Amino acid sequence: MTPLSLGRTGKIVRHAVLITTALFALIPFIWMLSLSIKPESEIFQRSFHLLPSNLSGLNNYAAVFASAPIVRFLFNGVVVCGAIFMLQLLVSIPCAYALAKLRFRGRDTLFAAVLVVLLIPSQVLSIPHFIMLHHASLLDTYGALILPWVFSAFGVFLLRQFFLTIPDELIHAAQLDGMSEAGIIWRIMIPMSGPVIAAFGIFSVVSHWNDLFWPLIALRSMELSTPALGILLFRDEELGRQFGSLMAATTIIVVPLIAFFLMAQRRFIDGLTIR
Amino acid sequence: MASVELRNIKKHYGKTSVLKGVSLSVQDGEFLTLVGPSGCGKSTLLRIIAGLEDADGGEVRINGKNVAGVRPKDRNVAKVFQSYALYPHLTAFDNIATPLRMRWLTSIQRFPLLGRLLPETRRIERDIRGEVEQVAAMLRMSALLDRKPGQLSGGQRQRVALGRAMVRHPAVFLMDEPLSNLDARHRVQMRAEIMGLHRQLGTTFIYVTHDQAEAMTMSDRVAVMMEGELMQISEPEQLYIDPDDLRVAEMIGTPQINVVAIEKMAQHAGLYLAFPPDAATMAFRPECATIGKPLDAMLNGIVSMTEHLGADIFVHIKLDDDAGTVIVRTKPDAARHEDGAPVGVNVDRHNVLWFDADRKRIRRQAVKKIAA
Repeated sequence: MTPLSLGRTGKIVRHAVLITTALFALIPFIWMLSLSIKPESEIFQRSFHLLPSNLSGLNNYAAVFASAPIVRFLFNGVVVCGAIFMLQLLVSIPCAYALAKLRFRGRDTLFAAVLVVLLIPSQVLSIPHFIMLHHASLLDTYGALILPWVFSAFGVFLLRQFFLTIPDELIHAAQLDGMSEAGIIWRIMIPMSGPVIAAFGIFSVVSHWNDLFWPLIALRSMELSTPALGILLFRDEELGRQFGSLMAATTIIVVPLIAFFLMAQRRFIDGLTIR
Repeated sequence: MASVELRNIKKHYGKTSVLKGVSLSVQDGEFLTLVGPSGCGKSTLLRIIAGLEDADGGEVRINGKNVAGVRPKDRNVAKVFQSYALYPHLTAFDNIATPLRMRWLTSIQRFPLLGRLLPETRRIERDIRGEVEQVAAMLRMSALLDRKPGQLSGGQRQRVALGRAMVRHPAVFLMDEPLSNLDARHRVQMRAEIMGLHRQLGTTFIYVTHDQAEAMTMSDRVAVMMEGELMQISEPEQLYIDPDDLRVAEMIGTPQINVVAIEKMAQHAGLYLAFPPDAATMAFRPECATIGKPLDAMLNGIVSMTEHLGADIFVHIKLDDDAGTVIVRTKPDAARHEDGAPVGVNVDRHNVLWFDADRKRIRRQAVKKIAA
């Protein structure tokens, strides 16, 4: 009997515990979906029903597309998150390679510095970032949303740990075959790092897609808003107290993220599994 | 083709000295094996020759030219690694083609997608295909070119690795324990193939192994390394018959050479042998001894174990006075001995090797001088 194998009761208890905790995470989402398809009149009913009595609630979705520039918000989200992720890779991969595979004076100190940056909450840097972007006259542009996130300590850390597992002999072989350091990164390290890059991609895209804090500080114009900020800005002006439409809008911005996760899921799990 | 010369190569990691001044010259077209226990610095030496690591002192000359500061790819050496070091995301064909693509194509021609469209690229790619297929045919693996390393067996991966090294016709082949990840049957087979390859290509081979059998069977000359120092370089036979150092003698040959401390055997053996004055140990090969009557021989003891190997029988004899155990090789038609039977061991004195307290060899001329 392995330590993890339990009797029948044990299994039931285990599943009960897991289902309960899973529900804690899921209930807000279920509620969101439920509200998004209810007509306004049913939302504030005294009794709670998961499903609405009629389908007129689907008008909430129509209302969102009609009254809010939701497509524009989604487009902004894709541009900003895509640019952030690409630039993060452009910076993190060479950094991680150098920290993992090259020998130079001060390498360990630099890596320690990366670990320290990992501990700093991003909010701490928001005021310096704001001031710097102000001096560069970049506030209220895509640049303001993208540039502060180009260096990702987490990305450097994750990729470095993975690069360490790639044997030195492979790099030696590549050197003898005539590759430069850049060639080794492009031809060897990146093709072998698919799972880790996918894992990092999920972390990066999810956190920036959902970020409300920074866009709220850096932006004023609605046409540049990312989805999360867009909903917030729009709430007061148009949708006001219409919770049904608000929840429908929220659903619309969450769905692409879930689709993205499901696509990258298998590679994502591979990337986080220690081999 | 090229000669390789090492002059006083030194290397240390932190405080530990890995190479303590190694000098070695390898002739053009020679098959030289570096053999030694793990951690003796032989692989480091190979990396230094390839330029993958810098020596802390000394110089490497390839074809008479000092290659200090010359990058690995410009040294015209190829290396086969213990782990094969194939690119896992590329097919066998692309693995073998990589060194040629990196050399023959410019960076613009290698540019993803666009480079393919240039007419020049297509012509060079055709040449590369021809070269790769030729090498694959030579290694009898043409059918495997479309597979990725993950779909190949150990022996097949080793062929791909050899192909990748051969395809650019290097002046020197470096091999770092290329057979140690293979099972016994494939190892013997690949051993023969590598020897055949050497004969066919006529290129200089420097081969690193910890397996003395590989060293003895494959090479023109063997260099024995221990603790960062070169102990002896000579032809395999010479190394077996005439070792310079007790550690070399112990390393080469299976079963190991028999070693007996002089002080343990002085009483009776003195009658038979004149010791050189500095001698601390004597050694002899299992086939140089014969089993005789007890109490009447140079060494006496009791039989502790007998190993039948078909063509040979190894008799283990535990010597009296705690002088250790020796192994004597006999033929199946020789007299058999029960375990526990008292026996004597006689060694022809021309076949006895003497070593001093520093484990250095004391040559026979010196012995004769004492005897006279």
